Amino acid sequence: MRASVRCVLRRIAPLLAVAAICLVVVAPVFAQGGPQPPEGFVPVTEVPASEQLPAAPLVMGAYAFVWVVLVVYLWSIARRLTKVQAEIDRLVSRLDKGA
Amino acid sequence: MKRALPVLAVVATAMFALAPFYIMQAPIEATMGLVQKIFYFHVPSAMMMFVSTFVCGIASALFLFGKRERADRVAVAAAELVVMFGLIVLVTGPIWARKSWGVWWQWDARLTLSLLLWMIFLAYLLVRKYGGPGSEKLAAAMALFGMADVPFVYVSVNIWRTLHPTTSVVPTLQRSMAGPFWFSVAAFAVLYILLLTLRVRLAHQQADVERLYLIANED
Repeated sequence: MRASVRCVLRRIAPLLAVAAICLVVVAPVFAQGGPQPPEGFVPVTEVPASEQLPAAPLVMGAYAFVWVVLVVYLWSIARRLTKVQAEIDRLVSRLDKGA
Repeated sequence: MKRALPVLAVVATAMFALAPFYIMQAPIEATMGLVQKIFYFHVPSAMMMFVSTFVCGIASALFLFGKRERADRVAVAAAELVVMFGLIVLVTGPIWARKSWGVWWQWDARLTLSLLLWMIFLAYLLVRKYGGPGSEKLAAAMALFGMADVPFVYVSVNIWRTLHPTTSVVPTLQRSMAGPFWFSVAAFAVLYILLLTLRVRLAHQQADVERLYLIANED
């Protein structure tokens, strides 16, 4: 009887050893509750849509700049024309008085 | 010309008010997307800069070799417009480049020569302002060099390797893009004639002031 028990144990011993090893390896995975994110920086091939530079503000900014430059330049010419005209009037009246 | 000024002002304002709607109707470009819309006022500004460069260069040549005072006034007016339209080109271009190329500026032939052209005419205006007596002739010679730079700027994209689109873009535009583009060019051309006329008038009045001062000092 004892010899037969010993024989059975000797046969299942390798199986028990394999089962124990598997338990040791797999148990921590189950214990962590699912896959963990990899450590460090993760490279991607394409920039996510949320991270891309939006075009609309650039187009609006460029258009606004054109308008600002044109309006400022027109205002500058108008201001200089008014100033020069006033100077002409002043000089003409001075010359008229002198004459 | 005095009567035409209000008409030009109304037409230019109406065209600039309509241009954004017309440009928005143009299809979005496949590779560059929405930011390509900058093309509709970046290129017309560059065209006006080139036109103004030639106006300034030819007027300067007439002043230098023909001794025409009125041509010098046209030249100084055109030089100021080169700087103004050049500023628009040099600011809107990098805004477009930031999205399309990923960088604000690239030291390639087209961009560098454009900057050089702009700086020549900025120097022209500085010489006129601070150069003292006789600076008109020095400035006129600078304008000739500036005008000579224009063909190099134009062909630079076809000769040297550059990120900038080539000169074949405008002639091969699809009809749906060509309409808004040429409308925009027309708007800029009307505005250019208006600004040049106003600025030449200012130059004439400044010459009148100098003449009146001379008369007053003689008395």
